[in-house]
Amino acid sequence: MTFSPADLTAIWLTLKLATCVTLLLLLVGTPLAWWLANTHSRWKSPVSAVVALPIVLPPSVLGFYLLVFMGPNGPLGELTQALGLGVLPFTFSGLVLASVVYSLPFVVQPIQNAIEAFGQRPLEVAATLRAGPLDRFFSVVLPQARPGLLTAAVLGFAHTVGEFGVVLMIGGNIPGETQVVSVQIYDHVEALDYAGAHSLSLLMVVFSFVVLFALYAFNPRAVLGTGVK
Amino acid sequence: MRHPLAGLLAIFLACVSWSAGVAAGQVRAAVAANFTAPMREIAAAFEQQSGHRVVLSFGSSGKLFAQVVNGAPYDVFLSADTAKPDALLEAGLAVDGSRFTYAIGTLALWSPGAADPRARLRSGDYRRLAIANPRVAPYGAAALQVLVAEQVAAAAKPKLVSGENIAQTYQFVASGNADLGFVALSQVIDQGAAPADAWVVPAELHDPIAQDAVLLQRGADNAAARALLAFLDGKAAHEIVQRYGYGIRAH
Amino acid sequence: MNEILARLRLDYPQFNLDVDVSMPGRGVTALFGHSGSGKTSLLRCIAGLERAGRGELRFNGELWQAEKVFVPPHKRPIGYVFQEASLFSHLSALGNLEYAVKRAPRQVERPIAFDQAVELLGIGGLLERRPHQLSGGERQRVAIARALLIQPRLLLMDEPLAALDLPRKLEILPYLEGLKRELELPIIYVSHAADEVARLADYLVAMEDGRAVATGTLADTLSRLDFPLHLGEEAGVVLEGMVAERDREWKLARVIFDGGEVWLRDGGHAVHSEVRVRILARDISLAKERQQDSSIVNALPATVAQVTTDEHAGLALVRLEVKDPQTGECSFLVSRVTRRSAHLLGLAPGTPIWAQIKSVAVI
Repeated sequence: MTFSPADLTAIWLTLKLATCVTLLLLLVGTPLAWWLANTHSRWKSPVSAVVALPIVLPPSVLGFYLLVFMGPNGPLGELTQALGLGVLPFTFSGLVLASVVYSLPFVVQPIQNAIEAFGQRPLEVAATLRAGPLDRFFSVVLPQARPGLLTAAVLGFAHTVGEFGVVLMIGGNIPGETQVVSVQIYDHVEALDYAGAHSLSLLMVVFSFVVLFALYAFNPRAVLGTGVK
Repeated sequence: MRHPLAGLLAIFLACVSWSAGVAAGQVRAAVAANFTAPMREIAAAFEQQSGHRVVLSFGSSGKLFAQVVNGAPYDVFLSADTAKPDALLEAGLAVDGSRFTYAIGTLALWSPGAADPRARLRSGDYRRLAIANPRVAPYGAAALQVLVAEQVAAAAKPKLVSGENIAQTYQFVASGNADLGFVALSQVIDQGAAPADAWVVPAELHDPIAQDAVLLQRGADNAAARALLAFLDGKAAHEIVQRYGYGIRAH
Repeated sequence: MNEILARLRLDYPQFNLDVDVSMPGRGVTALFGHSGSGKTSLLRCIAGLERAGRGELRFNGELWQAEKVFVPPHKRPIGYVFQEASLFSHLSALGNLEYAVKRAPRQVERPIAFDQAVELLGIGGLLERRPHQLSGGERQRVAIARALLIQPRLLLMDEPLAALDLPRKLEILPYLEGLKRELELPIIYVSHAADEVARLADYLVAMEDGRAVATGTLADTLSRLDFPLHLGEEAGVVLEGMVAERDREWKLARVIFDGGEVWLRDGGHAVHSEVRVRILARDISLAKERQQDSSIVNALPATVAQVTTDEHAGLALVRLEVKDPQTGECSFLVSRVTRRSAHLLGLAPGTPIWAQIKSVAVI
């Protein structure tokens, strides 16, 4: 396996992207999962459906709408421009945001399942031990949901590393900024550089195997994809 | 024979024979995605004239090439460049002497709503310039040559974003995410004429964007395949190709 | 002021709770009833875990719930013991106790010390273990200690023994009695088991179909012939007494109670210690004359107070008054005899009669 400087840049960028995305996803996904697991609101079903959309939608659909949505004429694009941030497509921040949307169900669902699995009882117990809502979240929900959080983090990371369609649509293939490994592989194939494609592809296979192997070894009941136990 | 596998096998064989289409006078063509619209029209005209049936598969040239190399059942291959037909000939997967240029791409600098896109390119008054990935798409390589010819290459470089293909490049500009971009004239042409906010790049500013077709070994003995290629190089097809904003190589 | 007032209404599609009760702000109050009677729902409303749609709840003068007031559970000075194991699985036994210690209010009149709670429940040797390494009974003891260490002013217990088998139950009951004896902590105790109630409760709220159908002290309510819950073989009274004498030769103890006394097996209780005895209705037979040639040790002169038909039409329940003519102190017993015997003996209010007690249990 040999990697060109461009490949190495892409690998580093991919890891950086996946790390940022995973941290953000845990930050956003945990409260969301918590809400979904506990709410009786009529918004539960629509919100669940929206969160799960990336599982069934082709990445090209998602990427296309994100491109339009974040573009200068899209609602988010107008907002970011008004805030003086410019527009997000073709930037690292844009990729992070798109990846967060794209990988959201893979993080929310394991956490939601974990929270639903331990049920209301530990929370009631904590409430009778004078723990307020925030205290309960940190002292009960987080530790009790730890296997789910671990699964979520691993899946979020791996799914971001493996993402292609969305990045292709909004990335613009800028080295060091948006040119991630999966796109780099695509370019190698298109340019008939099969040796380059092999090296990176093999790396991806090995990486994905190691990640999933570790996940199943630590949490044998983890089920990927649908989030259904 | 009552083995469950026997049933599965029967279903599999039925599917294969159905999809293989044993009818005589059929040709399977692998066509570069940027040529989708004109090829549909050409194929329809050909079917009407010859009575043969054409099965079209569209995709990026690189992907179609990889499929051909790995035994995909195509009779003819219409690439978006010249390199891939070359490589197929070299590998002995295409029939010698069958190769010809079926269309020449015309580059257009498009900036929606701009009065003079070329002036805008020269002034540097833009944030993002979209081109096709020069490493894989001839339109992208040609666009880079135009930037050099216009003496704006250095200024443009940090503002470049590249689409994986010319269709995606078009999308970057159309969605407003890039202020201007080098797209195919065929994408913006309207009723045979270039719109006012596109500059049709003169052919001398870059190497020709030749799109070559070859007869694949699998179609060597297929009369319908040879007939399709002949039709593609004929007057009726040329008329369609030009209407979509492509050039024709003079014979 | 020292009382718990609950006037609550909770409407569910299948069930509604509608109670208006006042319970003493001290001692053990049992919420007693069959499953589905609403006793747990009432307890959860008192804890604030369930929010009654309408009503008012006051604890020793503090308003916990009213039309526009709802004190959330974590702001109520309560301890709660759930029916099944409720220890945090991510913490050791010690971690579970510390969870409460950390969150207990700082200013408490008579705080329960950590060591006291540990000793009271006998869990000193279990502290390092994780919940899954503890037996059901041990888990429940840790949970009770945890509920004490939050320094509650009211302890709520939801059938804490129901999920345990008999040996485990017998293991924990003494700890609960110790709790009652040593801590001046009002306890509301939910149970459907008459024996637990007889052992622990001072005050009884009988629940049926979401309503409180009888309230009063244990002795009063259990001796009422119209006690609304069908206790069957468990029907009987509980009396508070004191060990007056121990007969070393025959290994018997004499227990005196208001209006009378009984001899029973010496259970090792010291003279002058307070004990609680339970006399079941089926264990009292009646006779016109004192029987001299009987094996029965305890025969008390009594007066018939009331006679009713029992659940079975062939049986009658008889309420008996046992009175000390000198002091005027009295207690009530309940006897179950056949209706035929009641007729032959001519039992009617005011009839003098001998109550022959076949067995008495110290509980």
